[in-house]
Amino acid sequence: MPPCKAEVKKLSFFYGTMQALHQIDLPLADKHVTALVGPSGCGKSTLLRCFNRIHDLYPNTRYDGEIILYPSGANIVDKSIDPIEMRMRIGMVFQKPNPFPKSIFENVAYGLRLKGITNKTELKDRVEVALTSTAIWEEIKDRLNKSAYELSGGQQQRLCIARAVAAEPEMLLMDEPCSALDPIASAKIEDLIRELRKKYAVLIVTHNMQQASRASDYTAFMYLGRLVEFGTTTDIFTNPKSKETEDYVTGRFG
Amino acid sequence: MKPTATVVAADAGSLLAGKPARSDGITAFVARRRFVNSVAATIMFAAAASSIVITCGIVAILTFESATFFSHVSLLDFLTDTMWTPLFADAHFGILPLVAGTLVTTAVALFIALPMGTIIAVYLSEFAPHKVREVIKPATELLSAVPTVVYGYFALQFVTPALQHVVPDLPTFNMLSAGIVMGIMIIPYVSSLSEDALRAVPMLLREGSYGMGASRIQTAFKVVMPSAVSGMAAAYILGISRAIGETMIVAVAAGMQPNLTIDPRQPAETITAYIVQVSLGDLPHGSVGYQSIFAAGATLFLMTLAFNVLGHYLRKRFRH
Repeated sequence: MPPCKAEVKKLSFFYGTMQALHQIDLPLADKHVTALVGPSGCGKSTLLRCFNRIHDLYPNTRYDGEIILYPSGANIVDKSIDPIEMRMRIGMVFQKPNPFPKSIFENVAYGLRLKGITNKTELKDRVEVALTSTAIWEEIKDRLNKSAYELSGGQQQRLCIARAVAAEPEMLLMDEPCSALDPIASAKIEDLIRELRKKYAVLIVTHNMQQASRASDYTAFMYLGRLVEFGTTTDIFTNPKSKETEDYVTGRFG
Repeated sequence: MKPTATVVAADAGSLLAGKPARSDGITAFVARRRFVNSVAATIMFAAAASSIVITCGIVAILTFESATFFSHVSLLDFLTDTMWTPLFADAHFGILPLVAGTLVTTAVALFIALPMGTIIAVYLSEFAPHKVREVIKPATELLSAVPTVVYGYFALQFVTPALQHVVPDLPTFNMLSAGIVMGIMIIPYVSSLSEDALRAVPMLLREGSYGMGASRIQTAFKVVMPSAVSGMAAAYILGISRAIGETMIVAVAAGMQPNLTIDPRQPAETITAYIVQVSLGDLPHGSVGYQSIFAAGATLFLMTLAFNVLGHYLRKRFRH
């Protein structure tokens, strides 16, 4: 296994008294894509959302255990760590495109402005780099000042990826990024994920087994809040050790 | 699904029609249902249309009665004369002093109500813990349950004496005090509707902003508020209309003296206060002075209409 970008160690998570994650252990390889798969309600989104502490927005949530981010070695879910700092370091893409009610340009510049960048030339350059790296620059370079709501769903989602990438995060979280998109738009996002892998560690939740097998290097299968099996995507799909994993990835249940 | 529904419908139809034949039962049932539908649609249309009919009636009366007034006073005098003295022997009918009184008290009220209402709405929607919200929200809404005449005397007996400590030589009757209290009264209209608009913004959008590393303040002002702009504009427009139309507070606390000034420390009379004054019987029915309340009412109507049209235009513009 290549060097780790992050490592989940004995992580449990609670919504009030309901335990949603049980003692998860999971390494995330740097510059590789790790897919989280499993039936609805198995806790894969919950696990993903621990990485940028988005659970902190809701009352009565509790983490137990560690998510170590390398190279700093900081424990992301430790109370002493400021979640705002973690969110600036770890980008997230959501299930549905969620552009802000702003121009295309300002959407991508959002994270940069939050980091205190006000220099217009620098903003412009970094927005262009982000839009180019997410393969949407050619389509929208002439209407950067138009509202982001004028874009199609697939374009909006790529804009949201550009927004996350523009802030130059250390890793990317993707929560079913294609679930609201048609197959053609999904294929473009998948191509993009393969590109992003060259630079980032990517953790992606997906319901689509073909997508997991095409786009990821490692796959973790979760069931009922537990990590059942983790391995290279090839192993998980062709030679799973657990019966549950086999049944799920071959489509026999879930 | 469909076959079951048809069978049930057929049974019901044959029961209603008292016929055993299934196909006839369905026909009768469908016909009956169409009839009920069209009756319901007609009743609903009548209810919706009644608001238009009433508005048209009000406009017609205002126009008709104002016409009588304008046969005695020229429109030019009405719009340009700087004196409003219908009770004097030398009667002047210049609406400007009343318009000024209305606009100044409204401006003072909005100066209080819009910022306060907005801040309260943002706090309740984005910051307040559930328990705090459950206390503050109903308490704020209670402000609009206070009768306006009570507010009027609150302005006259409490706010004005308090202001006299701060503003030297403030007369007993003044627009400042009336405007401030009117603003307090309007806060819940603005805050409640604004909060609804803010809370209707999808959580997904907030998560997107927090996920980039934004703070609560940044998320509230940069993402949530711009998304709620059309609903908040509606709240503001309601607040403005409420301020322009408010009568009792200004009648009690602003002094019923037509006064062309933009200084809120001065006493003045608003259009609404003048209409009350005349309606209470200072002028004989049928006189030019009496007819003037319809011209004043028409002016008021046109002012609120203008604000509503402006608000409608703004909402359309800001809607994404």
